[in-house]
Amino acid sequence: MPNKILILFAHPLFEKSNVNDVLVNHIPDSPNITFHDLYQEYPEFDVNMQREQELLLLHDIIIWHHPMYWYSCPPLLKQWIDIVLEHGWAYGKEGTALKGKLLLQTITTGGRKENYCSTGRDRFTIQQLLEPFNQTAKVCNLTYLPPFVVHGTHSMTTEGYIENGKLYRQILEYLENKTITPEDLSGYQYFNDWFKTKLG
Amino acid sequence: METGLFFESIIYLAAAVICVPIAKKLGLSSILGYLFAGILIGPFVLGLIGQQGEDIMHFAEFGVVMMLFLIGLELDPYKFWRMRRFIVGMGSLQVLGTTIILFLACLLVLKWEWEATLTIALALTLSSTAIVLQTLKEKGLSQTSMGRSAFAVLLFQDIAVIPILAILPLLADGDIQNKGINESLISDLQGWLQTLIVIGTIALIYFAGRFIIVPLLHVVAATRLQELFTGAALLLVLLVSYIMQMVGLSPALGAFMAGVVLANSEFRHELEGDIAPFKGLLLGLFFIGVGASINFSLIMVDPVFIIVFCTLFNVIKFLVLLGIGKIYKKSSDQNLLFGFALSQGGEFGFVILGFATQLNLMPTYLASQMMAIIALSMIGTPILLFINEKWIDPFFGVKEKDSGNKYDDIEDENNDVIIAGFGNFGSTIGRLLKTNGIPATVLDMDSDRVDSLRKMGFKVYYGDASRLELLQAAGCENAKLFIAAIDNPTVNLIVVEMIRKHFPHLKVLARARNRSNAFELVDMGINQFYRENLYSAVHLGVDALVELGHRRYTATRQGQRFIKYDEQAVLRLSQKRHDKKAFLMTAKEEIEMQEQLLKNDLYAQLGANDHAWESEDLRKENLENSNGDKK
Repeated sequence: MPNKILILFAHPLFEKSNVNDVLVNHIPDSPNITFHDLYQEYPEFDVNMQREQELLLLHDIIIWHHPMYWYSCPPLLKQWIDIVLEHGWAYGKEGTALKGKLLLQTITTGGRKENYCSTGRDRFTIQQLLEPFNQTAKVCNLTYLPPFVVHGTHSMTTEGYIENGKLYRQILEYLENKTITPEDLSGYQYFNDWFKTKLG
Repeated sequence: METGLFFESIIYLAAAVICVPIAKKLGLSSILGYLFAGILIGPFVLGLIGQQGEDIMHFAEFGVVMMLFLIGLELDPYKFWRMRRFIVGMGSLQVLGTTIILFLACLLVLKWEWEATLTIALALTLSSTAIVLQTLKEKGLSQTSMGRSAFAVLLFQDIAVIPILAILPLLADGDIQNKGINESLISDLQGWLQTLIVIGTIALIYFAGRFIIVPLLHVVAATRLQELFTGAALLLVLLVSYIMQMVGLSPALGAFMAGVVLANSEFRHELEGDIAPFKGLLLGLFFIGVGASINFSLIMVDPVFIIVFCTLFNVIKFLVLLGIGKIYKKSSDQNLLFGFALSQGGEFGFVILGFATQLNLMPTYLASQMMAIIALSMIGTPILLFINEKWIDPFFGVKEKDSGNKYDDIEDENNDVIIAGFGNFGSTIGRLLKTNGIPATVLDMDSDRVDSLRKMGFKVYYGDASRLELLQAAGCENAKLFIAAIDNPTVNLIVVEMIRKHFPHLKVLARARNRSNAFELVDMGINQFYRENLYSAVHLGVDALVELGHRRYTATRQGQRFIKYDEQAVLRLSQKRHDKKAFLMTAKEEIEMQEQLLKNDLYAQLGANDHAWESEDLRKENLENSNGDKK
């Protein structure tokens, strides 16, 4: 049984993002993968809770795909989290709707990977910065995987975009068709690093 | 005379109504139907109309006049500039090539006087705009590469008539005999002076049109009377034609000039729509006239000469056209069609021959023979095309399929978006699009507005958008989006209905006055309707909530939900309306529906859909937990 993947994509200026254009274009055309463009669906931030919850129930792996803005996600994804992950449904005593599902973040940053450490410009590692998301996932009974990150997009060439696009496609195909044992990934900061070991 | 005209009208119309459907049934073009109708009622078969159809021809020439007016309207200088290579290249090759070959052939074989020979060669070179364009339109070939080339050649010919008619007086050696026939005011003057006056008149019409006619049309349009505008359009055509006739030129040329003058004005599409029905009817009459005017007794005197000459001149024209097609690298099937379509003589031939007779350039008998030959060749064309279509063309594979794409740059005014109605509603849309760099073609009924908006740089056309001709002219065939934003909801509905019927590919975004108006749009399959009051009313309602102490964001979310819910309710209720089989919404039913909506609003418990940022549940759970701990 292939896994059903829901990509919740949030980018307020998608038409001007080169890297995300390439990444999104590399998403495999599969009946098991749903690409859900939040800024296209809810330009007025009126996220439809019912519809979103139904979508979540139909999928096994949830991906929050967004650029890193001010060490967080774009506001509409936060709005989505606020509205959709409801008490009594996603968390709380009776909130078990998402139990057993996997959560992956696909993140793009303009700055380079080296900046994201205690001695770097951004002072924190990606893992540290994403703790709020990790914790949200935990509260909602989701299994949080290390993030897939594309760093340094401001200084990236077209070849770089395409290389990452191809990688994203491989990852999605892997997630679709293979079973993931979350414990295997526990030592990894980045999904990228773990996936390298799978590629051999 | 009154009863005579009455009776004649009945005969023409009856002949057309009987013959044209028969021709259509047989798979022939309607033109052939008209032509045979003419032969049938003409003096040589049933004899229902007298004097060899001359009187009809005189009247029906107006069909050609109007067709030329319409062609002129098409020929705005910009479009003409883009087509220049085809018009000048193909056109001049055709006119010069055919004239020279015909002239030499006739001079060698027939030994007429050279002036007469040249006149005949020139007359026969010109093809029949009426027959060719009408046939192409009927067969849907106007937009193929061949159709465009044919149009280009015809256009050049139409223009070439002007110098040809100007040159003819120079060929004449001055002793014009038939002063009685030539009614022109200037025919007593010397040849060169006549030529000068003719050219001067053309220039005069051009400038007068620019600075007098367009402002006058504005005045007429401001009355908002459709029929008055139609009247003004007809008056314009008649007037210019009359002036041209006064100086001894064909009225068709005058109309053509008038057309060119107005091609750039905002009234172009409206004029097209107004004149087109008259043109169609009169052109039919013209074809009947051609049929009726064929002088069979003249043909019978020397049938061999007529038939052989007619065939030969057709073959020569055909071969020259094939050669031109080869030069311009046409595929064989397109080229054959091109050759056959333009191989006949045309109505300008009559004009030139008539003029030449007046100038005494050739004997009347010879001119009549030539006219008969031209008429015969005109009848021949639809038959030739029919033969080509059925038996020759199938041998040459590759049909042009992607018609319309090849020479798209020839078309002007091909905006993706068309906005009908440019009042407060439509203009707001137009401005928003313009701010985002999207040009839109705009149709509007208010000529004052049209004028001022044009000054502001909008492409606005004056006209009644519920007319198919205007919609076609505005480019509905190639547009992607049609925005129906007309102030009057009834007119708006009619326009939407036209679009759905004739341009089903076109996506429609429609303005709706109110709920029942929206229902009617839903019935036409329009799901994207925008009630003009809903959004501003909801905004006001939201502000009212804020005034009463609600937080603005919460009130705004309520407004968003209200709009969404109301939109869905319209779709649902429009179905229900049909269950009731209610064709008209009475005031009472409208009230019932309002009540139903209010109740539904309560059922849906607007705002209870999600609990984002509320903490009641959380507190309760915490309380339960702590209570549990205590136990």
